[in-house]
Amino acid sequence: MSEVLAQNLLSPVTLAFVLGVLARLARSEFQLPKDVYAGISIYLLLALGLHGGMELARASFDAILWPALATLAIGSLTPVSSYLVLRRLGRFGAQDAAGIAAHYGSVSAVTFIAAQQFATAMGETPEPFLPTLLTLLESPGIHIALAIGLVASRSGAGSSHSMRETLHEVLTGRTMVLLVGGLVVGLLMGEKNWGAIEIFYDTKGPVFKGMLVLFLLEMGVVAGARLGDLGKVGPFLLAFGIGVPLVHGALGAWLGTLSGLGVGGATVLGAMAASASYIAAPPAVRLSLPEANPTYSLTASLAITFPFNILAGIPIYYQIAKLAQG
Amino acid sequence: MQTVALKLVTIVAEPVLEERLVEALHRLGARGHTVAEVHGAGSRGMRASDPPGQGVRIEAIVSDAVAGRILDHVAEHYFPHYAVIAFVADVHVVRGEKYV
Repeated sequence: MSEVLAQNLLSPVTLAFVLGVLARLARSEFQLPKDVYAGISIYLLLALGLHGGMELARASFDAILWPALATLAIGSLTPVSSYLVLRRLGRFGAQDAAGIAAHYGSVSAVTFIAAQQFATAMGETPEPFLPTLLTLLESPGIHIALAIGLVASRSGAGSSHSMRETLHEVLTGRTMVLLVGGLVVGLLMGEKNWGAIEIFYDTKGPVFKGMLVLFLLEMGVVAGARLGDLGKVGPFLLAFGIGVPLVHGALGAWLGTLSGLGVGGATVLGAMAASASYIAAPPAVRLSLPEANPTYSLTASLAITFPFNILAGIPIYYQIAKLAQG
Repeated sequence: MQTVALKLVTIVAEPVLEERLVEALHRLGARGHTVAEVHGAGSRGMRASDPPGQGVRIEAIVSDAVAGRILDHVAEHYFPHYAVIAFVADVHVVRGEKYV
């Protein structure tokens, strides 16, 4: 186990993230210009979509069916389990609990990519149709949690934001458009056309990995900037931000294995289940559950769960996946 | 040059609110608006933006009555739960008929 952890810690992706955190803690003025950050995230998502779509053309429906159902089950379960833990054990209010649960029910695409790269580096290449599963997990968790929040707090008053507006928001967000759009384009263009752009969009290639390192560097700065808020959110959320991903990650890796995924695929599904969204969920929660304090959800997902998954979570889910495979 | 006294309404808000605020401004009588991306911090601390800390500054030049309606609307719908500030300033513009 410690060997796997060490191997993960010494990967360029993890080291770049740590460098970003340290730069921020040292109050360095360094940060990626925000348009560059946005540009790289667009590139990463589009590459994930295009490559995934091209591979999807080769996959059989039977191979995808059970993993897809497992993904949907995870997407329906994680917002509910997060909500119950926050409400019952953490004594959070309905809107705060639902707001945080929406983040944990959804998925972090960067965590997904990091897990994919890690599994590949360990010699356990994940099934190529996993980006398709990523698109399935993005949206349901957010909506289930928001619905719980709206029902539980019975607040028609504070929020005039309808579910339809929220649905539009999430489905037309950057992640969904680029991922789903990329998958369709990748599926349609076929392997011959893929050859022409492969060098740039290959998610196993050097360009993609280089961009990922740069992106993680900035993610380190962003997470580092949030570390100061840890004191504000209290010890419960700290425990939640590590404990819940471990449980969800184990569940994901186990269900992934049951549904027929290999060690690599189950690792990635575990990381998906364990990750918390910080791009799609925050605006949706902000508009639908205005009373939910964003400091809780953003600190938990960005300053606790994201770093935990990058530094230690992914190798742990990998070990769980290996155990589950027997 | 002939100038007309009007009001400049300025709203600084979380970026998620931009679309709704601009829509409300026009619904309440503004004829135009300007949006600038800004960053900063206030009493509410964190904003739900990507990357975090961003804000938008929305400005419109309007009549006294419209300015009042806009401030009332922002105060009622957004002050309780969002990071928003709003204020009015006197301005003197040329081509006053453009704004009302």
